[in-house]
Amino acid sequence: MSYEALLEIPPYSLEKEEKKKILTERLVELTKLHKEKCPEYRAILNSVDFDIDAVEDYEQLPFLPVRLFKELELKSIEKEGVVKTMTSSGTSGQSVSKIYLDRVTSSNQQKTMVKIVSDYTGTGRMPMVILDCPSVVKNRLMFSARGAGILGFSIFGSKKIYAFNDDMQLDTDGIKEFCEAYRGEKILLFGFTFMVWQHFYKELVRLKEKGIIFDLSNAILIHGGGWKKLVNEAVSQEEFKQRLKDVCGLDSIHDYYGMVEQTGCIYMQCECGHLHASIFSDVIIRKPEDFSICNKGEKGIIQVVSAIPESYPGHSLLTEDEGELLGEDDCPCGRKGKYFRIYGRLKNAEIRGCSDTYAAKFNE
Amino acid sequence: MQQNLMNDMHLADLPAIKFLVGDTEGFADIKTVSPLMPFDDKVTEFLNTLSKNLMADREAKAFPDVVTLAFWMRRSSIMKLKERFVKDDGDIHFGQGIVFHIAPSNVPVNYAYSLVSGLVTGNINIIRIPSKEFPQVGIINRAINEAMKTHKIMKNYIFLVRYEHSQEVNDFFSAMADTRIVWGGDNTIAEIRKSVLSPRAGEITFADRYSLAVINSDMYLESDEKERLAESFYNDTYLTDQNACTSPRLVVWTGNRKDEAKSEFWSVLHRLVRAKYEFQPIMGVDKLTSSYLMAATHAGVKIEDHEDNYLIRIRLNSLDESIMEYKDNCGYFFEYDCDDLMELKKLCNNTKCQTVGYLGDREDIMPLLRSGIRGIDRVVPIGKTMDFDLIWDGYNLYERLTRTINLLI
Repeated sequence: MSYEALLEIPPYSLEKEEKKKILTERLVELTKLHKEKCPEYRAILNSVDFDIDAVEDYEQLPFLPVRLFKELELKSIEKEGVVKTMTSSGTSGQSVSKIYLDRVTSSNQQKTMVKIVSDYTGTGRMPMVILDCPSVVKNRLMFSARGAGILGFSIFGSKKIYAFNDDMQLDTDGIKEFCEAYRGEKILLFGFTFMVWQHFYKELVRLKEKGIIFDLSNAILIHGGGWKKLVNEAVSQEEFKQRLKDVCGLDSIHDYYGMVEQTGCIYMQCECGHLHASIFSDVIIRKPEDFSICNKGEKGIIQVVSAIPESYPGHSLLTEDEGELLGEDDCPCGRKGKYFRIYGRLKNAEIRGCSDTYAAKFNE
Repeated sequence: MQQNLMNDMHLADLPAIKFLVGDTEGFADIKTVSPLMPFDDKVTEFLNTLSKNLMADREAKAFPDVVTLAFWMRRSSIMKLKERFVKDDGDIHFGQGIVFHIAPSNVPVNYAYSLVSGLVTGNINIIRIPSKEFPQVGIINRAINEAMKTHKIMKNYIFLVRYEHSQEVNDFFSAMADTRIVWGGDNTIAEIRKSVLSPRAGEITFADRYSLAVINSDMYLESDEKERLAESFYNDTYLTDQNACTSPRLVVWTGNRKDEAKSEFWSVLHRLVRAKYEFQPIMGVDKLTSSYLMAATHAGVKIEDHEDNYLIRIRLNSLDESIMEYKDNCGYFFEYDCDDLMELKKLCNNTKCQTVGYLGDREDIMPLLRSGIRGIDRVVPIGKTMDFDLIWDGYNLYERLTRTINLLI
């Protein structure tokens, strides 16, 4: 099935067997494509004597550790075909992932994201408040994960404003006006989890104490980027939702899981609090000791597959995140496919040895 | 200028230094303490008491590295060293004086070996102890303090200190040192070298190194001690997460029955590793990353089938000099089939190449060792790569830590 045809299918409509058939077919095709076009990928498959013809299920496909995209420039297109290079966020001095996109892959990422997100927001654009500062997307040549997320989600905005100035100060008047102007319409709020908490929620609390109250009961918040930075704040997901609701009436809050290496195929959190895989991608939870597949309810390392990547061999990746499969096809929200939860990043290895710099090589 | 400045400085002016053994009062007189002759009885007896204290320590029994250390310090073992190193040459030999040691941060007992080397050669020792709290360090220091009660004179020769990274303190100790010993690899050496030594002072640096193993397949298959060999190899590698400078990263197979030997060797080892090794979840991801990186950048690489992520083997069909830049640890081995060990010349012609763990005919490796290669400092039996000796990392520590009064009268 072509990707165009896949895009015609509602994103959470396929049962396990159907999805497996379609996804396996597509992922096998992608494996063959990348083997032909990407010399490093070909060398990797050859090093394990991988036999693509023996594959009956996409679970049997090899997976590349995401860190390889930091160490190597992996692409399956000529340099001339690259329209965008995405990079992972990383603080200075660390190597970042480099993901090369051509026109087709880039456009499929966008279309896929529209399909997935619309399932939660409804179709049609909405007035949108970006809970970040304008400078984060200014350098369009190098897309950081934060910038890419914002630009990606911007397609859902009919009219957009940034909530913060470049000093991360909340533009209180601007938002007040914006909410007034679109009273009665559903407003989309988008931002990174930590930013939402640190610069939005906390400011709303402060303003409320001064008698300035926002009513965002008609808004929907989509946030992502992980909970790592919120560990210090000791905020649970439930508390995050509850406290946002308490301060501004915001009732529709969706976390998402995604990564720059598989942009487009995001995993949205449903009304029941579960992250969902759409028909365009899947998660497979694997045991750290031997990479065999975990049972439902068993914690393991998350592998992600995506039907999108044609310009780089990123259709099957091993993340460094831990997660747990909660179920498949039977979430009370009604969506088909796997649903799961994330535990966060794996810990770096603590190892012995003579050299004091032992962990520097791959550290993030 | 700097020299004078340092001489004028006092401990009290420096950032906090904690004495784990010794105290500021004793330290104040450090420059008046005389070095001793190598293998002075006072030292040997002190070490023997220390050894007994450790052997009797209930807590120490849980740490094989502490037990090994205790065994190495007992009188008979030290006397063997004396026999090997002290020559009746008519000259007079003494310790250099003050030795400033910088111990590595993640090998718990290493500082003790460094200390004993400084002591048996007759020196006064200042040792920077790593800030990480290892139980072994507590056990050993407790035993040292205990032994000093009956060997009071040794208080003048041992100062174990702990301080936060501080160039000021490094400057202070370096300026008074006659010899400086730096463990901890390239980065630590670069850091410590910012502190100036006095003109006559020497320095011994333990840089980043790598090691390999050579196994003759026929000899292995004929051995009836395969379990013990696996245990030995485990100690060479997994015991230090295969991350010591002495840990083999590459296993070179020689002889006629390589495939047979490999399959048996690795399966016996694998059983042992499954039973003993503490696997951390990220290790599998790390090793997968390293193996794919290797496959993507080197032609002819084959990742051997593996049951699990405890033991990963990468078969190479050529010994590219760059392979050691792609090494990994925690059970990640390159393998190479070889009929003539001279094939290793390119790889070992490199000052980073340290130890060869060896099972095979002595004569087979001699041409390589005699070929003028710049690497390989030691060839030891499998299982002995970690065994400390006064000849270490290519240095004769006995000579480096003593001075000679040349008597020609």
